[in-house]
Formats: sequence, C-alpha cells, structure tokens
Amino acid sequence: MSALWEKLIASLEFPFVQYALIVGTLVALCSSLFGVTLVLKRFSFIGDGLSHVAFGAMAIATVLKLTNEMPLVLLLTVLCAVLLLRTGQNAKIRGDAAVAMISVGALALGYLLMNIFPTSGNLSGDVCSTLFGAFSILTLSPTEVWLSVGLSLLVVGLFVFFYHKIFAVTFDESFARATGVNAAGYNLLIAVIIAVIIVLAMNLVGSLLISALVIFPALSAMRVYKSFLSVTVCAAIVSVVCAVLGMLVAIVADTPVGSTIVAVDIVAFLIFALAGKLKR
Amino acid sequence: MALLICENASLGYEGTPIVRDLNFTVEAGDYLCVVGENGSGKSTLMKTILGLIPPLSGAIRTGDGLQQTEIGYLPQQTPVQRDFPASVREIVRSGCQGRMGKKPFYGKEEKELAERNIARMGLEALADRCYRELSGGQQQRVLLARALCATRRMLLLDEPVAGLDPKVTAEMYRLIEELNKKDGITVIMISHDLDAALKYADKVLHIGSTVFFGTKEDYLKSKALSGLTQEVAE
Ligand SMILES: Nc1ncnc2c1ncn2[C@@H]1O[C@H](COP(=O)(O)OP(=O)(O)O)[C@@H](O)[C@H]1O
Ligand SMILES: [Mg+2]
Repeated sequence: MSALWEKLIASLEFPFVQYALIVGTLVALCSSLFGVTLVLKRFSFIGDGLSHVAFGAMAIATVLKLTNEMPLVLLLTVLCAVLLLRTGQNAKIRGDAAVAMISVGALALGYLLMNIFPTSGNLSGDVCSTLFGAFSILTLSPTEVWLSVGLSLLVVGLFVFFYHKIFAVTFDESFARATGVNAAGYNLLIAVIIAVIIVLAMNLVGSLLISALVIFPALSAMRVYKSFLSVTVCAAIVSVVCAVLGMLVAIVADTPVGSTIVAVDIVAFLIFALAGKLKR
Repeated sequence: MALLICENASLGYEGTPIVRDLNFTVEAGDYLCVVGENGSGKSTLMKTILGLIPPLSGAIRTGDGLQQTEIGYLPQQTPVQRDFPASVREIVRSGCQGRMGKKPFYGKEEKELAERNIARMGLEALADRCYRELSGGQQQRVLLARALCATRRMLLLDEPVAGLDPKVTAEMYRLIEELNKKDGITVIMISHDLDAALKYADKVLHIGSTVFFGTKEDYLKSKALSGLTQEVAE
C-alpha cells in the first residue's frame, strides 16, 4: 500500500502529470455541464457523431504531421457541428441519417488516411490511442495545455452566463421561440460549445469514450436530484471527482487514463442509481 | 381595435395547404374556441399565430400594440419533457425569458412575477417539487403559470384538458374562465370537446371541411340548420 502511495507522490512531482491533472479536471467540469442538454435534446446524436468527426480530423492532423493538432481538429469539428445542426433542421434528410453519414464517413476516412500515410511503425497503437485516449493527456504540449485551460474556462463562463437561456431552450424550444427567445441562435451556440467540449475531451478519454464522459455524470445526478440547478451542480461535482480519482488510479496502476475514468463514472452511476432507489 | 386579425390566410407545411382562406378577428377580452376534427389543422393554426411557422399566403397580424412575442401559450402535451429534471419554480420563471431579451439573469421583477403566477395557479406548496412527478392536471397548471409570465393580454391554449379526468378538467376550465372574466385576458382555446366550447366560449371558429367563424349563438343556429338538412338528406 505504502509503495503505491510513494509512487503516486513521486509521479505528482512531474510537471506533465500536474498539467494533466489540471486539464483533466477542467475538461471533466465543462463536459458535465452540457450533459443534461445532450441527454434530453436531440443533441445527443450530434454529440456522438461529432466525436467521430473529431477522430477523422485528428487523423488528418496526424498525417499532416502538425505539432499542435488541436486548432485544426477544433476548426473541423466546429464546422461539422454547424453543418449537422443545419441539416438536422432540414426535413428532407432526417437529422439522424445525416449524422450517421457524416460520423461513419469520418471514421472510415480517418482510418484510411492513417493507413495510406502511416506516420509511425505502430499504426494500430496510434489508432487505438486516438480512439481510447490511451495516454495523450500526459503528452500534451504546453501550447495545448494552455489552449485547453483557456477553452475550458470559456466554456464554463458561457454556460453560467447563458444558463437560463439554455434551460428555456432545452426544456421547451417551441415555447421559447414563440415568446421571442432567439432559439436558433442558442442552438448554434450549444452545438459549437459541444464541439469544443468534444475536442477538449478527446485529449482526456479519446474519441470513442467522450459520450461517456459527457453523459454519465448527468445521468447519475438525475437519479437523485430533481431540479435543473441541483442536477447541474451535482453532475459537475461527480464528473470532477470521478476524473481526478480515475487519473490517480491510472497513474498508480498503469491503466489507460480514459477507460479508467469512465470505469469510475460507471461505479458512480451505480451508486447514484442505488441511492435514487433507496430515496423513494 | 382587434388584437388579432387573420386575413385570407392559408396554413400548412412546405407549400401544402391544410387550411385555406381563413378569416377571423379576435377582440380584446374575447374567449374564442377553435373546434374541428383531429388533423383538421388546429395546432397548425396555433403555430402560425405564434410565428413558429409562416402562413402559406395571406397574413395573421397582431393589433392594438400587441407584440407577437407577448402571446402566452400552453402547448399540446408532449412527452419530450417527461424525463426533464426541473422544479416547478424553474419552469414558471422560464416564461419570463421572452420579455428579458438579452438579460442573462432573473431580476427582482421576474422573480416576483413568477411567484404571483405560482400563487394564482395554487401551486405554492409544489413550487420546489419536480415537474415530472406531478399529476397531469398539476403539470398543466405549471405550464399555465409559465404562459402567464409571458403575457398580460393573450393566452393560446392547445387542448388544455386532454388526458385530464373530469374533476380536474372542470377545475382547469374554471381557472381559464377566471383569467378571462376576472383578469381580462383574451383566450384562444383549441378543443375537440364541443360541449365545453359551447359552455364557456363567446365565439367559435370551426375549421375542417366546413369553416365557420362567429358568435356562439350563430354557431348553434347554423349547426342546428346543417343537422336538419342532413336529416332531410338521409
Ligand atoms: N411538422 C409538420 N410537417 C408536416 N405536416 C404536419 C406537421 N405537423 C402536422 N402536420 C399535418 O398537418 C395536419 C394537421 O395537423 P394539426 O394541426 O396538428 O391538427 P389538429 O391539431 O387539428 O389535430 C395533419 O394532417 C398532420 O399530419
Ligand atoms: Mg392538435
């Protein structure tokens, strides 16, 4: 036991581990904030689709051998978010069909690109770490660390500032629109923020596990709490606690960061589900 | 001057009309009931009045200084919000969003308005409860309180008693009548409960294969007439 403890203390002295913890905490915080909106609005499928788009964008960035992959990935994912929202409102192509097309397409093209232009000898390792985020949080460049911190704070700020509008638009979009709220504008804002969150979270858990990071804390909080405010606050706390625990366990036990965090999230969900049952 | 004027409006989706050449006016203080069969376009009319969809031709205008965004609205019950974690107070307050414009947070004025409407609908004891755990009738009262936060002048109600039991239905009609008679709020109510329409409303708009707009008395006469001709025809 004490050996593990010493290993943890020793690891925490490395600056890159400290950076990873800071970024991980912030990313977990902002991804949980939009969980309820994502779960209860049709944005859930957009979120899922976008994570695949982010994978495709990452493949392009890898093939181009960019030192900072984030700006390009961010740009492409935000563009796709806007595009998906537009087609989602078009009644001719059903929204979810459009998402399926774009997301599966991005996944296939991304893998194809990485195969045609391999950048390292370990192709399956590269693909795997992009999908599951293996250790990428520990290999962030200083620019990416600061970009992540800045964007996370921006996301939290926007959420707080537009909290009531987001509630109104998520709960009943028609009513909001009928009474003069610019629902289309806020939908666009939410879609863009979700794209940003997905790119941020990709560093932490990889593109396949992003939905888990966004959705699990919200679902856990919804088991026990009943108002939008209490669910939001609870989801944020659960998400941060699970991310920190997950990262510490991953450091000590040498497990992949992303899947360890998601495993802790699942345990938290089971605890909350049980608590919800007992409360009744 | 009329609050709402509908001139030769054709309503529908994507160029396919469902209701053609509709004409009616709503005066301040009216209680108008919109009746017609399922699928005849009642909800479509409501969405057009609210500006959610444009009329295919013609126009629906507001008058006497009423803004389109000042119309309070009670949607037809949708299952969308069934799982939504929200307290009664949070939902009622969200009715103030339209009047707040770009302002991000609720001020004293909005909070007081919400509390007044919570009290008006008899929801004080439920204000911190979760919306999804309320009964159907209580949920409708919450949405009505929210609509009242959005308007002082005109309420649009889409089948407000659908799925409610007779006792709660009567209570709901009483509340709506009180808002109309006591507070002077103009009411447009969609219903396929013709008896209630004829009991409470003072004007009737019938849409469908035959279109009728006029006072309740005239509607009864024309209905009796058409009923007679039908019997004769048979
Ligand atoms: N969003 C929509 N797009 C296309 N057609 C629609 C849409 N909503 C309703 N309709 C059609 O319009 C007709 C009238 O619907 P509606 O106004 O809801 O009727 P009512 O409320 O009188 O029962 C129906 O035939 C329905 O299928
Ligand atoms: Mg209807």
